Amino acid sequence: MIPSDNLSTPEETLDHPLKDWLNLNRFIFCPGCLIGTVITSISTCLKERGFTSKDYAIVSGIGCTGRSSGCFKAPAFHTTHGRAIPFATGLKLANPKLEVIVLSGDGDLFAIGGNHFIHAARRNIEITVLCVNNNVYGMTGGQVAPTTHLDDITSTTPYGNIEPPFNLISLAAAAGATYVARWPGYDTLRLQKSIFKSIDNEGFNFIEVLAPCFIQYGTKNKLGDAVEMLEWMKKQIQIKTDCPPHMATFDFKKGVIICGEFVEEKREGFTKRMEQIREKAKNKKFKK
Amino acid sequence: MSLKLSKNNPHNKAILTTGNYACAEGAIAAGCLLFAGYPITPSSEIAAYMSRRLPEINGTFIQMEDELASIACCIGASYAGKKAMTATSGPGLSLMAENIGLGVMLEAPLVIVTIMRGGPSTGQPTNASQSDVYQVRYASHGDYQIIVLAPSTVQEMYDLTIRAFNLAEKYRTPVIVASDGFLGQMMEPVYYHSNFEKVERKKPQVPPEKYKPFEVFDDDLVPGMAVAGTDYHFYVTGLTHDIEGTPEMTPEGGETLIKRLCDKITRARPDINDWEEKYIDDSDTVVLAYGINARGVPEAIEQARQQGHKMGYVRLKSLWPFPDELMEKLGRQGISKLIVSEMNYGMLIRETQRFQHLFEVSGITIPTTIPFSPKFIYKKMMEEI
Repeated sequence: MIPSDNLSTPEETLDHPLKDWLNLNRFIFCPGCLIGTVITSISTCLKERGFTSKDYAIVSGIGCTGRSSGCFKAPAFHTTHGRAIPFATGLKLANPKLEVIVLSGDGDLFAIGGNHFIHAARRNIEITVLCVNNNVYGMTGGQVAPTTHLDDITSTTPYGNIEPPFNLISLAAAAGATYVARWPGYDTLRLQKSIFKSIDNEGFNFIEVLAPCFIQYGTKNKLGDAVEMLEWMKKQIQIKTDCPPHMATFDFKKGVIICGEFVEEKREGFTKRMEQIREKAKNKKFKK
Repeated sequence: MSLKLSKNNPHNKAILTTGNYACAEGAIAAGCLLFAGYPITPSSEIAAYMSRRLPEINGTFIQMEDELASIACCIGASYAGKKAMTATSGPGLSLMAENIGLGVMLEAPLVIVTIMRGGPSTGQPTNASQSDVYQVRYASHGDYQIIVLAPSTVQEMYDLTIRAFNLAEKYRTPVIVASDGFLGQMMEPVYYHSNFEKVERKKPQVPPEKYKPFEVFDDDLVPGMAVAGTDYHFYVTGLTHDIEGTPEMTPEGGETLIKRLCDKITRARPDINDWEEKYIDDSDTVVLAYGINARGVPEAIEQARQQGHKMGYVRLKSLWPFPDELMEKLGRQGISKLIVSEMNYGMLIRETQRFQHLFEVSGITIPTTIPFSPKFIYKKMMEEI
């Protein structure tokens, strides 16, 4: 090898390290948004595990994060608003070997799709749900979400939000999720660790990723641009170990956002139980 | 009265069972391996039967949290390569509406059975109806075509459910079987035969690196379908998209896609549409009926013919896409009057009224829950002619 071969050309320098894993022409996100880091974190984990497109599937709903499924070079499904989880359930039931990852936003998963979330957690179906929580409806123009904090200004709460938000960690834990974590979107190493744990856990996994929306949330609440808003959030982050899920405070007013892993539990997954049912049915043939 | 399972029965022996059970057994015969549903009268027996039967054959039954989840689960399963079905009734189909559109857009083979019970709203849960004839056609928003089959007998609940799976696989589309509370619940002898061809969906026609999920190579406008769990990677979206699946928001892009999705179904009308006809050749007046309500028509027609009236009938076995070619044929045969008989306040009759330049159209259209008796149909026919 001659030395000049080691010199990178400009084209090579510009190549994305995950270019074989991602459809870079489908990134439509605002510069400064953390959805991109979540997407690359997922791809990094899948790549490290040696997964190829026959091993996994990505499902998303509607909204900013809804558009994220298109970024993966995988079987990727952009479904209807709120229905990513039941769609993913169908994929997993039909092919239990698949690693099925749902990547969607807080409005999609917890307002219109809230019912599906709690039931999937209750079933302990072996899928991973990543919720990119920006506390607002981004794509539709900054309306109040079930995760918007009290008194915050949105385009449909011009006088301040009068509804308290869901704490997604407590909700997931109460519904029966067997792995529950929350991380800020910029903390990709901890996020990736959680994604690895989710891949290993044979149950329902929930990871809340905080990705503030400076366009829709920041400007209306005077929190500055993308970087300023991240700095503002970073000051509030407290990483705790062994924090019970009901103590996982997320409160911009108090300036406290508890991050960490809140539930790690071993419980038999849904497709495993389904397999047992099949055995039972075969031994006890159907008689009318 | 003995109820035996299909596998214990040689196919030349009829068993006595209900429409809903025959439908479920038809699905299994066609290769259905996943059922996702939500309880609703009068379709619940289909789910109950599937919950017992599917695990025996390595299939999956799941009772979802609602109908929205049920159909989404079926589309997901379809994209993992399994034949999937859900069953519901009017209110449940209303909830499925948005995802019927997703199934059309994603070109996912899937079967939806609706056991019509009348409405609006909660309506008459324990009764029959034919008032969802437009719901099955137009439930979802947007410009699309869909295949709807209409069984009249318990045997057809079995046969047409099989056909629904075959059409869904062939044309990569949701197919609806529109039955009713009467037919779903009533018992009749049925042959669980295996005398049919099982259709499987078209596979990708190019290797993974060249695959584009909506690239069409054939005249039937149906692209080869890759599924999750294979070497193929693909992106599918409910947004209008180009052949690569990438969202495409230009007017031309939308037009190209919508035209293909619609043409794929309408061009296949000669293959899809099916009906039974009698005495058409020498009739002045023809009665058109479908589903449970068509069962009284033959007797009424025989009676009329005995009285010297030149009358015949057609019974539609598929409702949508509407069989325009049948109407044109009736026009060519020179019939002067078409009487549409249906258990609603006038629905499918409106489709036939597009052909009033060929013949006069009148209807026996009553929003009742009881199928019309031969005597009643005869009386009404005599008033009409």
